[in-house]
Amino acid sequence: MAPTKFLREKWFYVLLLVLALALPWLMTNRYYFQIVIMGCLFSITTLGLNLILGYTGQASLAHAGFFGIGAYGVAILTKAGLSFWLALPLSALLAAGIGFLIGLPTLRSRGSYFAISTMCFGVIISIVAGNWIDLTGGYNGIVEIPLPNPIPLPLIGSLDFQTQAAQYYLVLTFLIFTLLIMHRLVYSLLGLSFMAIRNNEVLAGSVGINTFAGKILSFVVANFLAGMAGGIYASLIGTISPTTASLELTFNWLIFLLLGGAATLTGPIIGAFVIPVIMEYLQFLAEYRLIIFGVMLIVVIIYFPRGVMGAITNLKQRSRDFFGRRKETVKGVAGG
Amino acid sequence: MQLFFQQIFNGIMLGSTYAIVALGLTLVFGILHIPNFAHGHLYMLGAYISFFLMTLYGFGFWTALISSMVILGLIGMLIERVVYRPLQGRPHINSFISAVGALIILETSVIVFWGPQGRRIPNPYPDIVELLGITMSYQRLLVIVAAIVLIILLQLFIKKTTPGTTIEAVAQNREGAMLVGINVNWVSSLTFAISTATAAAAASLVAPIFMISPTMGALLGMKAFVIVILGGLGSIPGAIVGGYILGILEAIGGGYLSAAYKDVYAFGALILILSIRPTGLFGKELS
Repeated sequence: MAPTKFLREKWFYVLLLVLALALPWLMTNRYYFQIVIMGCLFSITTLGLNLILGYTGQASLAHAGFFGIGAYGVAILTKAGLSFWLALPLSALLAAGIGFLIGLPTLRSRGSYFAISTMCFGVIISIVAGNWIDLTGGYNGIVEIPLPNPIPLPLIGSLDFQTQAAQYYLVLTFLIFTLLIMHRLVYSLLGLSFMAIRNNEVLAGSVGINTFAGKILSFVVANFLAGMAGGIYASLIGTISPTTASLELTFNWLIFLLLGGAATLTGPIIGAFVIPVIMEYLQFLAEYRLIIFGVMLIVVIIYFPRGVMGAITNLKQRSRDFFGRRKETVKGVAGG
Repeated sequence: MQLFFQQIFNGIMLGSTYAIVALGLTLVFGILHIPNFAHGHLYMLGAYISFFLMTLYGFGFWTALISSMVILGLIGMLIERVVYRPLQGRPHINSFISAVGALIILETSVIVFWGPQGRRIPNPYPDIVELLGITMSYQRLLVIVAAIVLIILLQLFIKKTTPGTTIEAVAQNREGAMLVGINVNWVSSLTFAISTATAAAAASLVAPIFMISPTMGALLGMKAFVIVILGGLGSIPGAIVGGYILGILEAIGGGYLSAAYKDVYAFGALILILSIRPTGLFGKELS
């Protein structure tokens, strides 16, 4: 593809990328910048949830549990002296591995059964995190988790992660990496087979898709992403506790995903950025905010089951239909 | 041995609550096929309404309990109408997510109105009786007896009265029930009202024994789901037996193994059993 053609077709994404890279110069408020960093991080987890729930149609409610496994993994390993760059992949792999073992029994069940059994697993994780005091520090959690180790760079010296801008670039890199993987995955034959499982598992099986292997793979990749995001979270925030693995966090991501638009790549990111910003603006409502979100969740699932992105696609489709039909009638008149 | 019997007694008391709550859940989940994930939160609301009526308006224990059942029944009908009925015929998972919305609203409302701290309902029957070396408080005995009475009444209602048999008819064949002139929407409302009213009864009965807090419903709701799945979807005896078994399991596990991990047993058991039988112990294949 010629570069000019590429720019003409994807100018919006290029602009977005340039804006994202320039953000540290545009953001002056440290507090808001922190919200952006968390937005990037939760975009990764929501994209993971999107893979298993949005594309494969299996509602995993253990997502925060796997986030917690990643977070505790990095916290324990880096405090034991291991480098962050080794601890992070190890912890993410641990989350993926446990996901595989849990997926074997739970993915044999369907629908609400799967949702309930994964939720049970999520609760077990946070109970264990609260009670295995030798390893996890109990309900007090783990504090003073070191920041990611500086990366030595030739010529310039080394890149450390003391500043907010550096931390931002770190999570942004991981987010772009996640997006690329998701893009490759979703538009591949494998991604299509995930969607086939979501739409009709029996039919998918009968056309030769190994539905169980598909579900397992989707679950493992989703948990890998959750574990990875958890590890980065632990290192950047510095303290974790059993609430890092709580069901509420899963519910938050569920809201991000559904309001943004499940089964799209843009939706989870829109959700993960827009909803925390709305939350900040509604700060004055204090606890009533959550009531509003509960109401929004019900309204969205009843009237816009595909979220903001689904509503936009719908609108586009409708306007296209409308203008398309008008053109057709004009042609009809001319022909008659 | 004395410890063993004491734990069995506590387990039966705990199991009575589980049995009633699971019974209500199996009606809506197994019969109406609505995964009412907010069931535990409705239970919590029932305890709070009793507390509120007793402390602010000076209701007696029994009048508060009955009022709480009535109020919760109405709230249950409202929730069925607003949260679940628009999603009829859509995938299960949509109702499940809608239920998450409902439970966020319920939990936050209670926190906003009554605060996040735990509270205690004054115990109406604080006396203690010793029998064969087992310490039993009257309140705990009351829970056990009341649970049995409630279960029998519910069974009589479903088997012997016309509204009750319509519930069973809808459970057996929804289209068939429609054909013989049963208003299925009305049956849904009725089933929901019964389900939430029994949850309120269970909550009000045990509230004087345990602390009540806005988060008490979440764990109980999950356990009720575990019992319903293990006992077989829509099976009333399964829910009752499952409830008592889980109560005793937790009391014995908590007494002998580890109290900190007592909530893990139920969830661990579910994952284990689903790995052998993906549709539950007595479950039918989900379509």
